[in-house]
Amino acid sequence: MCRIGSIKSKVPFHPSKALHLMLPQQEGHDNSGFAMVMQDLYGIFSNYKDKPLLSLACTQRGAQMVEEYMDSHNFVQLAEWVPVPNKQPGLDIKAMPYYIFRNYDYPEHYNEKTQGQREDLLMDTRLALRTLLETAGEGYVYSFWPDVLTLKEIGDPRDIATYFRLWDDNGCLVAKSIVAQCRQNTNYDIVRYAAHPFFLQGYTLCANGENTFYTKNKEFQKSLHRGYTGFESDSQNFLYTLHYVLHELKWPIDYYKHVITPLPFAEIEERPDKDVLKAIRQSLANLEINGPNTIIANLPDGRMITCCDSKKLRPVVIGGDDTTIAISSEVCGLNEIMPDRDMTKDIYPNEREVVVIDNNLEVQRWKQ
Amino acid sequence: METVKTQDIAVNDLAWEIEYHADRCTMCGSCVASCTFGAIKPTVQQQSITVSEGNQPNPVHQHIVRPIIKQEASIANACTGCGMCEKVCPNNAIRPVRNSDTRKTLLSRDSGPIKRGGRTNLNAQRTLDSIVVGRISQMTDPSLDSQRHTFDIRAPFGRVLSPRELPFKMVGGKLEMAHKTPPVNWIYPLVFSDMSIGALSTRAWEAVAMATAYLNEKCGLPVRMSSGEGGMPVKLLESEYLKYSILQIASGHFGWNRIIKALPKMVTDPAGVLIKIGQGAKPGDGGLLPAAKVAEHVQAIRGVPKATLSSPPNHQGLYSIEESVQKMHLSLNAAFGFRVPVAIKCAASATSVSVYNNLLRDPYKICGGFFIDGIQGGTGAANEISLDHTGHPIVSKLRDCYLAAVKQGLQGQIPLFAGGGIGMTGNAAADAFKMICLGANGVFCGKILIQLLGCVGNEQGRCNSCNTGKCPTGICTQDPRLVKRLDIDRGAQKIVDYVLAFDMELRKLMAPIGNSSLPVGRSDALVSTDKAIADKLGIQYVC
Repeated sequence: MCRIGSIKSKVPFHPSKALHLMLPQQEGHDNSGFAMVMQDLYGIFSNYKDKPLLSLACTQRGAQMVEEYMDSHNFVQLAEWVPVPNKQPGLDIKAMPYYIFRNYDYPEHYNEKTQGQREDLLMDTRLALRTLLETAGEGYVYSFWPDVLTLKEIGDPRDIATYFRLWDDNGCLVAKSIVAQCRQNTNYDIVRYAAHPFFLQGYTLCANGENTFYTKNKEFQKSLHRGYTGFESDSQNFLYTLHYVLHELKWPIDYYKHVITPLPFAEIEERPDKDVLKAIRQSLANLEINGPNTIIANLPDGRMITCCDSKKLRPVVIGGDDTTIAISSEVCGLNEIMPDRDMTKDIYPNEREVVVIDNNLEVQRWKQ
Repeated sequence: METVKTQDIAVNDLAWEIEYHADRCTMCGSCVASCTFGAIKPTVQQQSITVSEGNQPNPVHQHIVRPIIKQEASIANACTGCGMCEKVCPNNAIRPVRNSDTRKTLLSRDSGPIKRGGRTNLNAQRTLDSIVVGRISQMTDPSLDSQRHTFDIRAPFGRVLSPRELPFKMVGGKLEMAHKTPPVNWIYPLVFSDMSIGALSTRAWEAVAMATAYLNEKCGLPVRMSSGEGGMPVKLLESEYLKYSILQIASGHFGWNRIIKALPKMVTDPAGVLIKIGQGAKPGDGGLLPAAKVAEHVQAIRGVPKATLSSPPNHQGLYSIEESVQKMHLSLNAAFGFRVPVAIKCAASATSVSVYNNLLRDPYKICGGFFIDGIQGGTGAANEISLDHTGHPIVSKLRDCYLAAVKQGLQGQIPLFAGGGIGMTGNAAADAFKMICLGANGVFCGKILIQLLGCVGNEQGRCNSCNTGKCPTGICTQDPRLVKRLDIDRGAQKIVDYVLAFDMELRKLMAPIGNSSLPVGRSDALVSTDKAIADKLGIQYVC
């Protein structure tokens, strides 16, 4: 079972905080990798918050291929952060030769395009780069989106942090929101793409658990949207469903839980909105998840959410203070980064609950 | 020397021979009275035996004439192996024994093609038994507790819209229905399949109907029963219990005169309407009710004289599938105010995927279910050549249809129900579960219901006499004396008990794969020990 965690703060913070959140939970994971998605970036990315940021890990040849592709598609390179790794001997990391975090400006003719068209351009570009690198076996592209940075690697998370100098808080790499996880895929092949959090068009998600309806979800999602690809992990299904319900169907977040863990029919029948709930359960039956899960997700508007499976077979806890709120699989993570918080205010959501944290760190809890 | 006439029929030409022990027989006559086929008769036999009649042994060799029970050596009165004689004999003096050297099939066509009931006896292979529920939740995720957790065992019956077609409007941050959607009822995934009053005796039909009502009213299981072609008693049509019935319309339209007349008096809607296009047991052939079974009450319900009732192979007014959708589906939907799902039942065929594609792509979104009936389905009467040599196995066909929908992203929009051999070995829950994992929303079954009532027929040629009007169990006959053999209450109870066990067994299969709702299309839960089957169905091969 994975351990997952996320931090949302009013003040920018450094990834080491996410590591401190995760490492006390190490008994629950196998320290086989580290992955994080940082959103609402500050530090060196402060001036480019509206420009898409490409996160990739690749070979030298891969870097060239990406550069050629981006040039030929009229993306203009603006800024770049290439980590200078600490290659001290003995580190447990399967590092790629290059890690590139690069801001681009949109092609000029996209200035007049709508927001939706720009979003599609970013996704299609990422998918094209992915295909390019995958076919050539030259690298991995994780996200291409404004104000979003993704880092994933295989190895011991402490060593990965050392390698990327994530322990040194020099103020250059900070964000107000980080979702993190310290494990590679253990069920299936170890593939960098299989490590959550996953990202798609402003939606970030990581999940602790199993999706026993993986086959059903996958078979359905494949036909729903061209961005629903990969399926290296059964947790990607949660992200795609989140994206589908909110971004494609444009339903409020309230209905995500009704899609993934619908109420039993007997309970639906007693609800005033039973017609809507039944219709959702019918039409989206293939997006139901079944199995033990906790989900942490970030929405494009910056809200962070968490919810559990319908039997609460996986744990999660939310705690925080005036400036920071964190979500964690285990409370020991919270105790590490926020030992002085008021623990009586910690929230242990139940199986029908959704917890939403907005940008003012106001916490909403509501029942499905 | 002319000691034997070659063309004479002898008992060793028949499929079953009677094993009779004269020494145990008391000549009570029970066996003869119980045999509906006239296959045995009391007669006398001259015997040369040694007897001793006094108090002291005094053996004397005598030629005496003794009464015995004897098997008729005739095709018309051939023993069917039903075993009623054995069932009633107090002294175990008589029983039918299968004759592996039978010539009956060869010799039975003197008055035309062989007709019989039951299932195919040739294609009774069991694909489902090489499939195992092999993906068990162990460590990576917990199995559920079949006794403790709640399970949502329901199947949609009705046309399901794609998510983008849902007529939602946003009111104050909440979704609301802007207008009506096609009716969908969530029912139990086991449908009692269409066996008509006529094919079944009124008592047998009533037992099934009673079991249905009991399962709904007392057990909370929304099991639905299809009427079969031939209508329903008016009292039932005008009662509250109609809501548990799926009205069937087949090519003969038998019974619909009464149904239409009852429409204004209906106090509730039926659970659905099922348009029968074909039947797995005799695909391409219409229903058949031999005159022997067209009793007075059947004539009354169907509005026909006493005659053999042959439904045509096709609905006569339809010449294309598009027209079928427009004409039949629309008019039946309209008849019930678009409140009742209208589904279609077809015999499984190499063309089933085309049919399903047509229904899925129909712009009216009007078909509420696709029932596919495989070659192993049962029937009350058919030509044996149809039963044994036409049809299509259900398992791969159901899978083909599901995957065709998956390919288009339309899975689940027209619920799939699979039948034809479900529960053939007595384990309907295992069969149903595997079919559901392969893509069925539910299953339907008929044969096992009458087997639970007491039918002794099987797919090894036992009995299979549903067409004769001589059903020894009183299930498939209208002969009032035979019908009385069936105890309605006990019959209904057997069905209820079976379905309750079925429900528990489904949970026992859902729990270890960690699912609390039906794993429709969860083919990853299945593995097969047969490579060819695994490859065909797209599941894992294991050995």
